[in-house]
Amino acid sequence: MEIIKKPKVEKVRMLERFTAVEPAPGTLYLTATHLIFVDPRNKKETWISHMHIASVEKLPLTPGGSPLLVRCKNFRSATFVIQREPDCHDIYTSLLQLSQPVELQDLYCFQYTPRSTELRQEEGWNIYNLRDDFRRMGVPNSAWTLTDINESYEVCDTYPPLLAVPAAASTAVLIGCARFRSKGRLPVLSYRHHNQASICRCSQPLSGFKARCLEDEQMLELVRMTNPSDKLMYVVDTRPKINAMANRASGKGYENESFYQNIKFHFFGIENIHVMRHSLSKLVETCESKTSAMSSFLSGLEASGWLRHIRTTLEAAQFVASSVEAGTTVLVHCSDGWDRTSQTCGLAELLLDPYYRSLHGFQALIERVWLAHGHKFTDRCGFIQQDPKEISPIFTQFVEAVWQLTQLQPQAFQFNERYLLTLHDHVFSCQFGTFIGNCHKDRQDLRLSERTYSLWGYMAHHRNEYLNPLYDPTLHPGCLKVNLAPQTIRFWRGMYTRFEFGVHPRDSLAEVTGCLSDHNSSLRDHIRLMEKRIAQLESRLNNAADGENHGGADSTSGTEKLSERRHIHDQVNANLQLPPLTADQLTRELDSVAIEWASPRGVRECSCTTAFDHFSKKFHCWRCGEIFCQRCLDRCLRLPGHLGGDPAPVCRPCYRLLTSSQSIDSQTT
Amino acid sequence: MLPRRRSAPASSAAGSTPAPAGEGEKWWPGGIPVRPRGSHYSGMEFADFIRTPKCDRVVLHQPLCPPLDGTLCITGHHFIFSSRQEEAQEVWVLHRMIDGVERRPNGMMGGAVAVKCKDLRVLVLDIYGVEEFNNIAHTLETLSNVDDIRLAYPFFFRSNLGGEDDWSEFSTEHEFSKLILSSDEWRISHLNSDFKVCESYPRSVVVPSSVTDEELIRVALFRHGGRFPVLSYRHDKGSILLRSSQPMTGNQRRCREDEKLINAALGSSGQKGYIIDTRTQNLAMSAKNRGGGYEPESHYPQWRRVHKPIDRQAAQLDSLQRLVDGLSDTAQGMDRWLGRLVSSNWMSHVKDTLNCACLVAQCLDQEVTSVLVHGADGMDSTLQVSSLAQLILNPDCRTIRGFQALVEREWLQAGHPFTSRHRHSVFAPAASRDRYQGVAPSFLLFLDCVWQVTNQFVTSFQFNDAFLLDLFQHSYASQYGTFLGDNVCEREQVQLRERTCSLWSHMNSVEVLPRYLNPLYEPNKRVIWPSVAPMSLTLWPGLYLRWTVDLSAQRAALARAHEIHAEHGQLRAKASKLRRRLQELQQEAVRRDLLQLAVSPDAN
Repeated sequence: MEIIKKPKVEKVRMLERFTAVEPAPGTLYLTATHLIFVDPRNKKETWISHMHIASVEKLPLTPGGSPLLVRCKNFRSATFVIQREPDCHDIYTSLLQLSQPVELQDLYCFQYTPRSTELRQEEGWNIYNLRDDFRRMGVPNSAWTLTDINESYEVCDTYPPLLAVPAAASTAVLIGCARFRSKGRLPVLSYRHHNQASICRCSQPLSGFKARCLEDEQMLELVRMTNPSDKLMYVVDTRPKINAMANRASGKGYENESFYQNIKFHFFGIENIHVMRHSLSKLVETCESKTSAMSSFLSGLEASGWLRHIRTTLEAAQFVASSVEAGTTVLVHCSDGWDRTSQTCGLAELLLDPYYRSLHGFQALIERVWLAHGHKFTDRCGFIQQDPKEISPIFTQFVEAVWQLTQLQPQAFQFNERYLLTLHDHVFSCQFGTFIGNCHKDRQDLRLSERTYSLWGYMAHHRNEYLNPLYDPTLHPGCLKVNLAPQTIRFWRGMYTRFEFGVHPRDSLAEVTGCLSDHNSSLRDHIRLMEKRIAQLESRLNNAADGENHGGADSTSGTEKLSERRHIHDQVNANLQLPPLTADQLTRELDSVAIEWASPRGVRECSCTTAFDHFSKKFHCWRCGEIFCQRCLDRCLRLPGHLGGDPAPVCRPCYRLLTSSQSIDSQTT
Repeated sequence: MLPRRRSAPASSAAGSTPAPAGEGEKWWPGGIPVRPRGSHYSGMEFADFIRTPKCDRVVLHQPLCPPLDGTLCITGHHFIFSSRQEEAQEVWVLHRMIDGVERRPNGMMGGAVAVKCKDLRVLVLDIYGVEEFNNIAHTLETLSNVDDIRLAYPFFFRSNLGGEDDWSEFSTEHEFSKLILSSDEWRISHLNSDFKVCESYPRSVVVPSSVTDEELIRVALFRHGGRFPVLSYRHDKGSILLRSSQPMTGNQRRCREDEKLINAALGSSGQKGYIIDTRTQNLAMSAKNRGGGYEPESHYPQWRRVHKPIDRQAAQLDSLQRLVDGLSDTAQGMDRWLGRLVSSNWMSHVKDTLNCACLVAQCLDQEVTSVLVHGADGMDSTLQVSSLAQLILNPDCRTIRGFQALVEREWLQAGHPFTSRHRHSVFAPAASRDRYQGVAPSFLLFLDCVWQVTNQFVTSFQFNDAFLLDLFQHSYASQYGTFLGDNVCEREQVQLRERTCSLWSHMNSVEVLPRYLNPLYEPNKRVIWPSVAPMSLTLWPGLYLRWTVDLSAQRAALARAHEIHAEHGQLRAKASKLRRRLQELQQEAVRRDLLQLAVSPDAN
């Protein structure tokens, strides 16, 4: 490959801000997919996917060498000091090319094949479909219908082929209305609540200063009528009023309350993509700032406005959710209806319906609100070379808003912080096809479901890592109540300074609780097995005692009876499809489950010398109870000591031990 | 100087206190409007201050709660609100907890009295009737400003906990016995047994054996307020932490005994020690004009002086005030709140204090060299730093008992003037600020720093949030005597030990202690290095936000985590038990030939 001029540079140092560790010389490798830094002294490996690189910058020469600053989309900011300037330049030019492919076809997902053979290509692509999600909401019904009017993407090329619209809306109304909406994004159902109120979404009307469209007015009226319980419908324009008014000059704008019957209009000042982009870059600047003074950090945080934007988004969502909960249908739009509208609808639905707060439901939500209804992931995330003005952290904001909610209601969500970070990582990593493309049509044209792996498939294999041990769905069976007071909205250290290893808590409640909760489930299963075995043995011993009592006079027949009984037992077991119980097997069962697990505290590295950081999960081998890194704990096995059939993670030595003993078993039987 | 006369022991539980004539000025510095008659006053006479002991039809507004209708009663030490509603609720507030009383009259209807407490809570009482309104406001104002600690509630309170009231815990002799036994370089000196050498020091202190009491007296004259360098902590690696007040170098004064004393802490290692001054260089310089100053290099060649500034107490109080102003407003914009948080500067104080403590700990642990810490008078930032450094270094301090010992040693015995500092807090009317010179939230800042560390090391501390919150609460107003008085001398004068109950005994009683335990605690022998990066420090929600937002979801989540932990213990115990039982049965079955060793080839 001619892009990579220098695949390996020695004696490179990687600078860190918040750790006392002296940067040690290491080796920088440049592969086709990753930039890898290996620091043998501190036993640290840093992998940076080319797709994650947001910018590469050569800093002024220093006595130690030539520094190269690599900023990533997952907020890693790494400075490598390379001794020779030409080497630095070679790496620099290669990275510039590698991190910005020209074509979607060059993205990593089209080459990616997982190391583990467990994940199959087709896995995950069929978990979610719109029809199921709508069926769950009770659609179609008398008020709503599913139409295939957009099957060939002629009405709106950024909408999915299947749309949920009012049953009473004729094709003419739908088409007429679509013509009056920016990019043809007509009002469609996003979510129907059990009280018949719903959330609908669309783009801004092409109203200009005085244009009107009867079909559009009719359509809104039909949407309103799907909910018999309220005479009014809210139209939420998530933009600041001034932006909406400015749009009228270019023939767009917002609904005139005097043309539309029975609507009530609300503006929510969520700023546009450009403001958000600037805000994030200011936030990142603050996090990277060289001074570590408290006041400059806090004032940087304030000046970035980032938390204000997050809070405004959440407030808009809270308004929508509480209106729907109170029985009023809400129509949400912004300009094109794919950025702010997706955020607001997504968050409002998360607040309204506990299903979306489960792992499965949350992914269904992302599939429907973000992917199916056309959030422009390729443009907003900057996957390929393109107009940088299209890039904006809209999905990042959504992920953060969800995180804020998990902090406000720690028991309401099935997933944990690691899940949100992994999701955010893989939206940008382009390792999976799930988020490639700008809309449903793009993804179909690219045949992603045949050519790439699905993130949902990958995540299903790692489900255990993403579970929130505190989750209790019974606590919040309905609409989630949160207090969005400014004092409760916090800076997300885990996201924006995730790679500053010095700033994180040394032991976190989440980690400890996660380990305990895993161990509890192992122990519970083991206890169930032991209780069963005890019952088995006790009945055997009691029966034998009975037998001895009965045939006390005739000892020879006693033993015969005994073996007879044992035979009967074995037969009973065989009928239950259980292998006959032996002492060896019992020993093996007891030996296969660890009653004590190593404490995760203070464990700095895996036995393979991979260092643990704040983000990496410490995995326990369920057989020996020792701690390993993800790479060393890649085997799962059904443990003999568990009654349930779920495979448990085991380390390699335990895996060998368990499988060899099983094979001996199978040989002898 | 305080009069040294010991007052007669209390005769009864009511606790009448004979007050020598002429002491009035000392005990009533602000000159409250009501003077005690004669030299003898008792709890009964509080009645004179109480204009309206009972008032019906009062509405109580508490933060985060719906308003309550009920009856207000005022006693000598509390006001008590009892609700008439179904689930009878009572709210008891110690007058000493009241920081400020704000009158909001409402014409002929009466008015509202806002009672602003030192624990940052604001209660509003709607009172019907002008006379009642004025009487109650006046009564609360008067009773909350009774400064004589001998009239404080602890002198009237008798614990109903059966346990022994033990004041003898945490004596200097006991706390340092291990050190004294293990090394003959240090001794316990009783030269201050009559508090003449240093008024704010305890009777006994630990000093180098090589320095005589006569020399110590000369050192005391050279240090601000007589606070000569004493041993605060000896690290496992042998390095020594000393603390003192600033030297009175003024214009070139020198004290050879002082140099000898602190050099003794360096031992024979020949390594340079560190003098950590908690003031800026400029402040230390300008202190010279008032006779103070710092240790000049020419006289202390074996020491390196480092200025690691922590803002002065008055600035800390202002910060806290601005922070609290911002807390109550939940309708403000995000930027406004962040702006207030920045301009309050409170988090900067937290960071600076922790930072300084980390530096001290680093010198002691990593450079293995001795450290002397002081600020100006050595009663605030010095103690914050010396106690936090121990928390970082010494695993014992992270247990409940160890932390109590730390507070006792480094704050109470070391003479942090709790009564003066906690006489008021952020709600005191600005007009009367001068009256309350010396008011500062030093101890709160310390507790905040401790919380930050516990938040970063959730399994390394035996105690939890509730423990720190209760310490905060009790340090301002309490039924226990522990935090009364400015120093040991004052406490002995009022016979605190004999006449009040100890907070530690209460906290350590079997009924109370479990509330403070952190179930996730695993003893951690290591030194724990907290991160002081700005993103690592957060506002302590349990303390600052508890009256602003409902934290029940967070508490429930924590409780669930504790449940998981408890479950884990039970499951492990059960699994071990079953395993033993199963092994017995297995042996038994094999012995009686009811269980084959392995599946025999002919079994199937």
